[in-house]
Amino acid sequence: MTEILADLNYWVTIFLMIGGLYIITAHGNMIKKLVGLGIFQTSVYLLFLSPGKVLGGTAPIIAPGFELYSNPLPHVLILTAIVVGVATIALGLALVVRIHEAYGTIEDDEVQEMEAD
Amino acid sequence: MLAQHLPALQVVIPLLAAPLCALFRRGFIGWLIAVAATWLAFAAAIGLLFRVLNEGVISYAMGGWAPPIGIEYRVDLINVFVLVVVSGVGSVIIPFARTGTAARFNDTDQAWFYAMYLLALTGLLGVTITGDAFNIFVFLEISSLASYVMIAMGRDRRALTAAYQYLIMGTVGATFIVIGIGLLWAMTGTLNLADLAQRIPEINDTRPVLAALAFLTVGISLKLALFPLHLWLPNAYAYAPAVTSAFLAGTATKVAIYLFLRFFYTVFGGGGFFESTPLPEMFLVLSVVAMFAASTVAVFQDDVKRMFAYSSVAQIGLITLGISYVSETGLTGAMTHLFNHAIIKAGIFMLLGGVMFRMASVKLEDMAGIGRKMPFTMAGIVILGLALIGTPGTSGFISKWWIVLAALEKDQWWLVALILLASLITMLYVGRIVEVAYFREPSAKAADVREAPLAMLIPAYVLVIATIYFGLDTQWSVGLAQRAAADLLAGIY
Repeated sequence: MTEILADLNYWVTIFLMIGGLYIITAHGNMIKKLVGLGIFQTSVYLLFLSPGKVLGGTAPIIAPGFELYSNPLPHVLILTAIVVGVATIALGLALVVRIHEAYGTIEDDEVQEMEAD
Repeated sequence: MLAQHLPALQVVIPLLAAPLCALFRRGFIGWLIAVAATWLAFAAAIGLLFRVLNEGVISYAMGGWAPPIGIEYRVDLINVFVLVVVSGVGSVIIPFARTGTAARFNDTDQAWFYAMYLLALTGLLGVTITGDAFNIFVFLEISSLASYVMIAMGRDRRALTAAYQYLIMGTVGATFIVIGIGLLWAMTGTLNLADLAQRIPEINDTRPVLAALAFLTVGISLKLALFPLHLWLPNAYAYAPAVTSAFLAGTATKVAIYLFLRFFYTVFGGGGFFESTPLPEMFLVLSVVAMFAASTVAVFQDDVKRMFAYSSVAQIGLITLGISYVSETGLTGAMTHLFNHAIIKAGIFMLLGGVMFRMASVKLEDMAGIGRKMPFTMAGIVILGLALIGTPGTSGFISKWWIVLAALEKDQWWLVALILLASLITMLYVGRIVEVAYFREPSAKAADVREAPLAMLIPAYVLVIATIYFGLDTQWSVGLAQRAAADLLAGIY
C-alpha cells in the first residue's frame, strides 16, 4: 500500500493517460474526443512535474538559509506545453464549429455517412 | 557577423514574417512578404550548407546561453541536408501559390493563409535545426497547428473533417513524442540531444528508457505516416488546397523521417537498440506492407489527388525500408529518396493544383482527354510519374537503385523482387492516368479547358527539371546523402 502511495503521481499519470486515449477512441462525439485529448495531454504535465520535486526542497529562489531547491526546469517546460495544449484545443473546437455549420452534426459516424454519398 | 547567426536566422526570418503577413491583411503584400521570407530562408540554408561543408558541425547557443543548459542549435550534414530540402521546396511553392489563392480567398484570408504557411515552415525548419529535445516538440506543434489550418482551408467540406482527424491523430502523436522525451529527461536530467546520446548507453537496459523508445517510435511513426499509422494522410492531402498538399507532401513527412533518423541513430544509437530490440525487422515488415498495401489502394482511387496521397504512403515505406537496413548504402538510399521524393511529390501536387484551378475537379473521369487540352501540365505529371516508378534518367531511379543495392548487400534477393513488384504496381496507377488523359475523348468538363496559367506552370516545371537533373547528376543528392549516412552510422558505433 505504501509503495503505491509513494508512486501515487505516476499511477494518476497512467490513469489519465489511458483514460484520455480511451475517450478519444471510444467516443464518436467530436467535442468529447477533444475532452479526451485534453485529459491525455494533462497526464503529460504530471509526468514532467513529478520528478522535478525534490523532497524537502523549497521553491528555486536563491535566499539565505535554504540549501535544497526543487528543479525549476519542468515548470518552464510545462508552461510551454500548456500553451500548446490550449492552442490545440481552441483550434479543434473552432474546427468542430465549422464542421457543425457544414454538416449539421458533430457525430463522427453521421458525418462519415454523409461523406460516403 | 551575419554568417555567424545563420542558424538563428534560418528560423527567425519566417517566424517574424508570419505576423507581418497577418498584420498587413492584404493578399498581395502577404504574398510578397512570404516570397521574400522563404527565399531568404532558402539562402540561409544554402549558406549553412557551405559553412558545414567547410567548417564541420556548427553549434549555436540560442540567446547566448551555453549548452547543455541553454537551447543549442546544432547543424551537421544530416540536418543541413533536410534544411535545404524543406526551405527549397517551400520557396518554390510560394510563387505558385499566388494565382490559386487570389482566385479563391478574400484579401484577409489570403494574408492569413501566407501567415500559416510561414509558421508551418518555421516549425519544420525549427524541428530540423534544434539540438534540444523539448524544443523539437514545441516546433513540431507550431508546424502541425499551422498545417491543420492550411488543410481546413480546402474547398471541399471534407477538408474540415480531414483537418479535425489530423488534429486528433497528430496531437496524440506529438504527445507520445513528448512522453518519450519526458521519460528520457527524468532518467538523464538533460534535454540536449548530444548529451542524451552520451548518457543513454549507461542506462540502456532500464525500463523507462525502453518505454521512451517505444513512445518515440509510435509518436514519430504517426507523424511520418508509417503504415498502419497513415490514416490521417490520404484525406488531408486529398481535400487540402493544392499549396498545402504540395507543401506537406514535400516537407512535413520528410522532417518526421529526419526526426526518426535523429532519435534512432544519434540519440539512441550508442545504446545498441538495433541489436537488442526487433526494431529493424519491425520496420522492414511495415515498410514492405506499406509499399504494397498503399500502392494497391492507390490503383483503385478515382480522385487523382487521393491516388497520389496513397502513393506518398508507399514511397515513405520505401524510405523507411532503406533506413531499416542499418547500413551505409541503405541510409544513403533513404536520404536520397527523401530528397528526390520531396521534389517529385511537391511537383505532382502543384501540377494537379493547375488542373484543379482550370477544371475545379481532379476526378479521374473528368480528366479524360486533358492530355491534349493541358499538354504541359500532363507532360509534367507523366515525367514525375515515371520518376515515382523509378525509370532510369529520373531521380527516382537513383534512390531506388541505392535501396536495391542495400538489399543486395545483405543477399536478400526476395526483397529486391518485392521492390520491383511494388514498382510495377506504381506503374499501374501512373499508367491509368496516362491512359485516361491521353487516349480518351475529352470529358464534358475537359471540353473547353485551357492550359494552366504560367505562374503555376513555371514553379512546377522547376521541380520537373530538377527531377531530371538529379537523375543525371547525383553529385549533390547522393554525394551529400552518402556523407550524411556515414555520420549517422558513426552514432551507432
